Amino acid sequence: MSRRNTVGYLAAFAVVGVTVVPLLFVLLGGFRTTAQINSSPAGLPSPWVWDNYREVLTSPVFWRLLGNSALIAVIATTLAVALGSMAAFALSRYAFRGREAFYTLFTLGLLFPLGVAALPLYLWLRQLGMLENPLGVAIPEAAFSLPITIVILRPFMHAIPGELEDAALLDGAAKLGFFWRILLPLSRPALMTVSVLAFVSSWNFFLLPLLVFNDSTNFTLPLGVAMFQSEHSEDTAKVLAFTALSMIPALTFFVLAERRMVGGLTGSVKG
Amino acid sequence: MMSTATRSRPLTAPSPHAPAAGGARRRSRTRTRLELTFLLAPALVLFVGFVLVPIAVAAYYSLYSWNGFGPLTDFVGLDNYVDALSGDVFQSAIGHNLIIVALTIIVQLPLSIGLALLLNRKLRGRTFLRMVVFAPYVLSEAVTAVIWLLILQPGGFVDEVLRGVGLGWFVRQWLADPKIVLYTLFVVITWKYIGFGVILLLAGLQGVPAELREAAALDGAGPWQATRHVVLPLLGPTIRVWIFLAVIGSLQLFDLVWIMTLGGPANASTTMVTYLTDHGFKRYEFGFGSAVAVILFIICFTFALLYQRFALRRDTDGALTRAVN
Repeated sequence: MSRRNTVGYLAAFAVVGVTVVPLLFVLLGGFRTTAQINSSPAGLPSPWVWDNYREVLTSPVFWRLLGNSALIAVIATTLAVALGSMAAFALSRYAFRGREAFYTLFTLGLLFPLGVAALPLYLWLRQLGMLENPLGVAIPEAAFSLPITIVILRPFMHAIPGELEDAALLDGAAKLGFFWRILLPLSRPALMTVSVLAFVSSWNFFLLPLLVFNDSTNFTLPLGVAMFQSEHSEDTAKVLAFTALSMIPALTFFVLAERRMVGGLTGSVKG
Repeated sequence: MMSTATRSRPLTAPSPHAPAAGGARRRSRTRTRLELTFLLAPALVLFVGFVLVPIAVAAYYSLYSWNGFGPLTDFVGLDNYVDALSGDVFQSAIGHNLIIVALTIIVQLPLSIGLALLLNRKLRGRTFLRMVVFAPYVLSEAVTAVIWLLILQPGGFVDEVLRGVGLGWFVRQWLADPKIVLYTLFVVITWKYIGFGVILLLAGLQGVPAELREAAALDGAGPWQATRHVVLPLLGPTIRVWIFLAVIGSLQLFDLVWIMTLGGPANASTTMVTYLTDHGFKRYEFGFGSAVAVILFIICFTFALLYQRFALRRDTDGALTRAVN
């Protein structure tokens, strides 16, 4: 037993190393100078330099990217969760002809992620005059988040006992009142999960903003990181500081929402 | 995955007030219809308008030679499709995607299973380990690409470490050698996505009752045999879902490649989506680009349908399968 555990610890150690070392390289590299990095790529900061991080944090570029990303992610998440929960309610607690057909239509969306549709979407957005507009990114992202939102929410809403609904209706509540005052609060765990999924996928999305935004003042964080890297390719240390700072929101969010995210992923695909 | 929603009780609760008169009944039916419209219409408009319409529009554009400006006049039929499919670069792009698909299944799957089995043991700090393994999955592909671009610089961190441990002979032009670049990208992809598979499989392992292992041990099975004959078959559904997601993901590969190599050098790492973006967007060949998008769509869709039909049917009765039946 103990021998097997030793093997386990060794493997775990290797995994942590392979995962964490690149991240540490970025984080620590931000505290070095490009000259230090060039002379010894794998070395530690000596002396520690704060200028890279200070310059990134005091320039408006980083904060603007952060703001753009946050704005788009909040709009996309709000839209997806609001409209998705309404649709999931209709599809789980009403009986009507064509219900399964509607549901199948939404689940079809799971089969073609945004990557496939990006070019057609770009042409479509251009026709609608939505280029260079945060909504031009947020709205399609919300549309592509709808399928998974509905797929997770529908069984959850369906599992809430019918007696609750009957009781609410007997007490004189309208069906929509039941949705708003009882079903939504009870669905909070599932709503959290779908929010986290929609937020993270918007936050990380690259291709659509790349096509929609030409003006760098509209860029989101992933675009900004790539742009910063190609513009400052001589100044490795500064790129590292910029990249390190841009990892922080996602990693912080992950630490806070880890259970929701992992739970949502596993819950949505478990048989 | 969606079985509960469709199988169990009929979805409307019987109305507590049996409608007395026909008029009241009609009124309540109108009301229900209004409610349904209010609830469903916004999501439907959004979904149809921004998911289905663009794809339909692309299918239409793909029949024209069009630079994206002015009216569509130059109808070329299926020429764009013929040009794309007979072009060397697009063929090799499809090949690259297929290599990534194959490598993903051959390398990442056993690795994920192995790591999940390890992390499922009662190791100290297991929660921390799980978080660490999953962390790269949270980073965007863009950030991942920049990180590895810097780490893999010629004479950079990776080269220095390899030389430091006596593997200097192994140092290559990771991103500049056409023979190697695709495999380098695959390593980065694995770094980023391995945590996803591990987490998925760990969740699957929680569905394997400890009693089954104990029973196998009582029957004289060693730990390896118990894993091979008891645990792995029970992980089947999870593994099949993972394969589905991994293949669809590999067919869509873009961000990482675009930032790290732009499909180069000499098209050695072009994927279908980088090819599509390069032609449709950078060269203003919108008709041609649309044709490529439709081809990509058909490949993904066909794979999804076949896979659902033959592999996933048992596991996910509902959701995607119903689209097929």
